[in-house]
Amino acid sequence: MASNGIKDQVAIVGMGCTPFGEHWGRSAADMLIDAASDAYKSAGVEPADVDAYWLGTFASGISGMVFSEALKTPYKPVTRLENMCATGSEAIRNAAYAVASGAYDLVMAVGVEKLKDGGYSGLVIPGPDGDGTESSMTAPAMFSLLAPAYCEKYGVGEGELKDVLSHIAWKNHVAGAKNPKAQFRKEVSLEKICNSPRIAGMFGVFDCSGVSDGSAAAILCRAEDAYKYTDKPVFLKALSVAAGPNEGFISEEYDFTTFQEVVVSAQDAYKQAGITNPREEISMAEVHDCFTATELVLMEDMGFSERGEGWKDVMEGRFDGDGAQPINPDGGLKSFGHPIGASGLRMMYEMWLQLRGEAGERQIKDPKLGLTHNLGGQPGRCVSFISIVGSELG
Amino acid sequence: MSGIISYGAYVPYYRLTRKAIGGGKGERAIASHDEDSVSMSVEAGRGALAAKPAIDTLVFATNSAPYAEKLNAAAICSALDLPAQVNTIELANNTRMGLAALLLGTDLGKAGRTSLVCAGDIVIGAPGGARERDSGDAAVAFVTGPEENAIARVLGRASTTSEILDVWRLPTDRFARQWEERFGIEVLGPISIDTAQRALADANVAPEALATVILDATNSRDVAGVPRALGLKPEQVADMLAGSVGRSGVAHAGLVLARTLDQAQPGDKILVLSTADGCDAIVLEVSDKIAEGRPERSVDHWLASSNNEIAYNTYLKWREILPFEPPRRPDPDRPAAPIMKRNERWKYAFYGSRCGKCGQGHLPPQRVCLKCQSIDEMVDERFADAACKITTYTLDHLAYSLQPPVVSTVVDFECGGRLACELTDVDPSDVAIGDKLEMTFRRFYTGQGVHNYFWKARPQR
Repeated sequence: MASNGIKDQVAIVGMGCTPFGEHWGRSAADMLIDAASDAYKSAGVEPADVDAYWLGTFASGISGMVFSEALKTPYKPVTRLENMCATGSEAIRNAAYAVASGAYDLVMAVGVEKLKDGGYSGLVIPGPDGDGTESSMTAPAMFSLLAPAYCEKYGVGEGELKDVLSHIAWKNHVAGAKNPKAQFRKEVSLEKICNSPRIAGMFGVFDCSGVSDGSAAAILCRAEDAYKYTDKPVFLKALSVAAGPNEGFISEEYDFTTFQEVVVSAQDAYKQAGITNPREEISMAEVHDCFTATELVLMEDMGFSERGEGWKDVMEGRFDGDGAQPINPDGGLKSFGHPIGASGLRMMYEMWLQLRGEAGERQIKDPKLGLTHNLGGQPGRCVSFISIVGSELG
Repeated sequence: MSGIISYGAYVPYYRLTRKAIGGGKGERAIASHDEDSVSMSVEAGRGALAAKPAIDTLVFATNSAPYAEKLNAAAICSALDLPAQVNTIELANNTRMGLAALLLGTDLGKAGRTSLVCAGDIVIGAPGGARERDSGDAAVAFVTGPEENAIARVLGRASTTSEILDVWRLPTDRFARQWEERFGIEVLGPISIDTAQRALADANVAPEALATVILDATNSRDVAGVPRALGLKPEQVADMLAGSVGRSGVAHAGLVLARTLDQAQPGDKILVLSTADGCDAIVLEVSDKIAEGRPERSVDHWLASSNNEIAYNTYLKWREILPFEPPRRPDPDRPAAPIMKRNERWKYAFYGSRCGKCGQGHLPPQRVCLKCQSIDEMVDERFADAACKITTYTLDHLAYSLQPPVVSTVVDFECGGRLACELTDVDPSDVAIGDKLEMTFRRFYTGQGVHNYFWKARPQR
């Protein structure tokens, strides 16, 4: 029993990503066409060159035909998959394993979500028929449970933590302002963030990520073929997923200050990639900042900060764009937006740009290894995905 | 011979002051937006069933049936974890049916049967009218059975049925109508006196021997002549809770009887009268077992636990009289019939499970244990009366609710077990980690014509 990993066996050789936002005039199919076309172009291939597809969408359609009918791919294998908010990352993971197995030479992982046609505030989570006993908590309410628990456990004052959360939102807005594809491209003052109307618990509007439409795509091949398509491929070092057994809402021991799923997937990913000190070895990360408190807790779960110390690292600017370990340099879910099925691929798109030195005004100096972290569910009850990528083999 | 073996009452947490309605003294009890006659009857029934008597019959009376067609009492039966073998009877359409149900229960007691008699009502009057102002919402429950266990035995009874157009409501009407009051008094006044006298004769009890007389009627003036006709002293006539509850429809005669039993001494004789399209009367004698059959919470305890800071327009919104701006969130989904049936013991009776190998509690019940992964080693466990406390909570301003923000909590049970659940009957600004809670059966919402019942937690009342 082991997670062997496929370090350096698979490379990303082309990517595309639409702007994220409220695309009232564009359908899911429109966005898929745009993201896939950009990815083909980026890899310098024709649609006919791609052997198989993995489509991630949370709720914007059923089956692979969402893609094959949009792109008119003639009778190619297209698998639709879903793993809540980690859906886009699952598309990459499954596509990568198909390439590593030798089943296909060139594949595409693509994700899309059309959330803004529903007319509702926040994310609406469709579920199977139920008995009416399920918890009615909205997503911000679920994640807001992290804040008081963190305060209680580490003796941080509520006002103090509110400043930490506001710093995270501020940082991600600063990053978004430098990103032409982001949904929110304006810096927002700490004061405005701090005083925004409450949504749930300590969370105001600015503690919540955007609800958006968007699509992103990646083309993958075996590492040894990568240079056929590009001079600057991105190599996959680790791919890990952990799905929780719902410990958080069964066990009285769970205290809402950690995501055990993240801890496990991070440890697995570090083992696959041969990383022993993530705080020093990971140059940058795109993490699942669906809410500000999520990003704070992730820093500790992924070993970027010591337990109970993450809030200090945030306030010292360690995770700012010009800090020692930039987190969400593209603005994250907070500013880039969160079209569920596309988000995991959007995170990878930033790694692609940064590792190739194409991130423009927000380019991080000489990054070696990047990490993407994608999470679906809620504290105590979620799936967690982690990937580690680099521009060099070995 | 037969009698009452135990009882329980329930007065909802919220009160609407008559000042908020526009005038008058005192307040009326109002069920919250997540309560109905069924859920309130369950709360009252829990009090009556504390000693876990073996119930073979369930009688439910209400004029505010959640379903016009469907056995409402079945939800009460399931939520109270009564055996499926009980005989169920539902009475409706007239406020006298609460006392009629008690008469029926005591009659069944003579046949050796042990019944749970529940009466619950939400009384909605047209805005601005006397019925809105003077009515209340409440529930009461009695266990009736053979005399040897009775805390109060039946000495006598009498009934009168009168075809009269006094108070009436068509199935399609929101609010009841009433003929000119003086006409009702003219007809029902003498009927009330006659019925009372016949009941006392049946019981062979003289009026002066009565400790308490409970005079309930659709219009209090229908029974106003009874004390004088019987020669009663003012202290014999029970306070009908007009200033604190209002007349709670079918529940009301029983509610005041419950309050009388809360304070009664062995040997006390009680006359209960309920007038509506005729009259029912019962004469009871309190036995020396009275202390054993009293519920943990008296009527006065329920009355003292209250919140009257509800705005009139909030009340009108709860009763779907006043339209309001809905949240920009989807309407709640209708629960599915087969899943409700599969999960009936969880949804209604609030059974979780506990691992027989390692002891880990699970709500909802699971087949596989979280802790030790044992499969099918679970033992069912009912958590309805288990003590619990807030482990963490949040105020959800986004979730759909008729009383935002939703107070969402994670609750841990003292006996071991965890649940994410909504808090009800609570002031959102007065919630803290560690607060002690208790579970309460509620109607969460109605989706596509289906009522969705389940359990919430509330601060201990």
